[in-house]
Amino acid sequence: MNSKTQNKIAIGGLYGIAGLVVLILLALLGYILVSGVPQLSWHFLTAPGKAFLKGGGVGIQLYNSFYLLILAMLISFPIALGAAVYLYEYAKDNWVTTTIRTAIEILSSLPSVVVGLFGFLFFVVKLHLGFSILSGAFALTFFNLPLLTRSIEDSLRTISDVQREGGLALGLSRWETVTRVILPAAVPSILTGVILSAGRVFGEAAALIYTAGQSAPALDFTDWNPFNISSPLNPMRPAETLAVHIWKINSEGIMPDAKAISSGSSAVLVIAILLFNFAARYLGKRLYKRLTSA
Amino acid sequence: MKEEILTTQDLHLYYGDKEALKGINLNFDEKGITALIGPSGCGKSTYLRTLNRMNDLIPNVTITGTIKFKGDDLYAPSADTVQIRKEIGMVFQQPNPFPFSIYDNVIYGLRIAGEKDKEKLDAVVEKSLRQAAVWDEVKDHLHESALALSGGQQQRVCIARVLAVSPEIILLDEPTSALDPVSSSQIEATLLNLRHDYTIIIVTHNLQQASRIADRTAFFMNGELIEVDQTKNIFMNPANKQTEDYISGRFG
Repeated sequence: MNSKTQNKIAIGGLYGIAGLVVLILLALLGYILVSGVPQLSWHFLTAPGKAFLKGGGVGIQLYNSFYLLILAMLISFPIALGAAVYLYEYAKDNWVTTTIRTAIEILSSLPSVVVGLFGFLFFVVKLHLGFSILSGAFALTFFNLPLLTRSIEDSLRTISDVQREGGLALGLSRWETVTRVILPAAVPSILTGVILSAGRVFGEAAALIYTAGQSAPALDFTDWNPFNISSPLNPMRPAETLAVHIWKINSEGIMPDAKAISSGSSAVLVIAILLFNFAARYLGKRLYKRLTSA
Repeated sequence: MKEEILTTQDLHLYYGDKEALKGINLNFDEKGITALIGPSGCGKSTYLRTLNRMNDLIPNVTITGTIKFKGDDLYAPSADTVQIRKEIGMVFQQPNPFPFSIYDNVIYGLRIAGEKDKEKLDAVVEKSLRQAAVWDEVKDHLHESALALSGGQQQRVCIARVLAVSPEIILLDEPTSALDPVSSSQIEATLLNLRHDYTIIIVTHNLQQASRIADRTAFFMNGELIEVDQTKNIFMNPANKQTEDYISGRFG
């Protein structure tokens, strides 16, 4: 067999494998969307759920998902940013940083249900936060922190060292070089990383079941005082998210249209995550373009 | 007799155990261009980087000897690297404009130093870009990204960026080796304009370039300074056999 035929066979094989992956993905997405999209309506997206009757919506769960996501990001982003800047820009290669990196690796490969149970024992029970948005946000922070730190560190790595030298040679201090040259230059790729990790957080269920809880008390969307129990902003109320909702209906849902609600919720979740991904790409590209050429 | 602005005495530099500079004694007068030439790995870039302490960024580097800038020891414990690098600017081999607009690139140093006066910043931008001989090419798109410029223009913007913080000495580490001949000759013209106002030290692999622009030339080999003299003496009548061999292309 000559090298030309070999090449053809290899390429054919690779095409086949790639095609298979795409096919599986399309089948999965197609199934979720085809069975879910017909359930979607304005009513479904905004109405509160019903426990025993048909015709409930996922409005509260959807809202909870976003609120929890924002809180989790507010907590984890500054920490991840600081950790990544320290690790990449300041830390010397020694056993301390190696230990930190290993810890991050391990943390990132922790099963999310373990993170959830830890959150339950520590935040819910030990710190008396109860099943609450806050407990959930902390658990998500644990889940998200290693991934986000890694992705920000990777973003910093893409900024060439000649930029750092340029800043320092200009008489900027290291801190000024990092904050005024490196971070602005890394913004597009950091943003992409943040949005992608937001997608993962948005779809997370296992870490939340035992922390943010599985109930979605009715919310009064006219009451914005965070200390009232029915206020959407109250961080101490239990809050079932969309992903948890899907898990729950499928395991113990007793409403007559459980199947439809589950399909619809899945579709909403998938569409939201797809939107995150597209937004990440679009914004990242646009920002990069704006920064690099007029 | 001109004043010596920068002096190095018995300068040794080690990367770990490896001795990269073996006792350099070299002084620079105020103003004018000095070229550092020599084969790859001879230590000329390493030497240049000791002059604004850029080697500090590399781990495992040990430096002994003294470098004095206007009489002050650059490596004294009290020396402020940030201040040193403001007075001794540097241009690199690879043009490295920041991914911002041309205008922002040039005033970056000043703006971070706290200068807010718009008129003054505008004036500095124009003056620096004119000095770097790139004003006419970029004046109509100052607020567009510097990364959209050609390599040669980027390099001149980088020179303008250094000029904007008004240094006394400008170090250039093979500033034209990544550029085409036309851009290179524009950079050379720029440097010739600047030689009356600044002390310029340039590392170059291009012997013709050294002979065209440098007032003095220093020849390095194997971590040692072999010879330093007026450029025409180095090229026409070198005192040292090794210099002669290198200049005439017998090795290197």
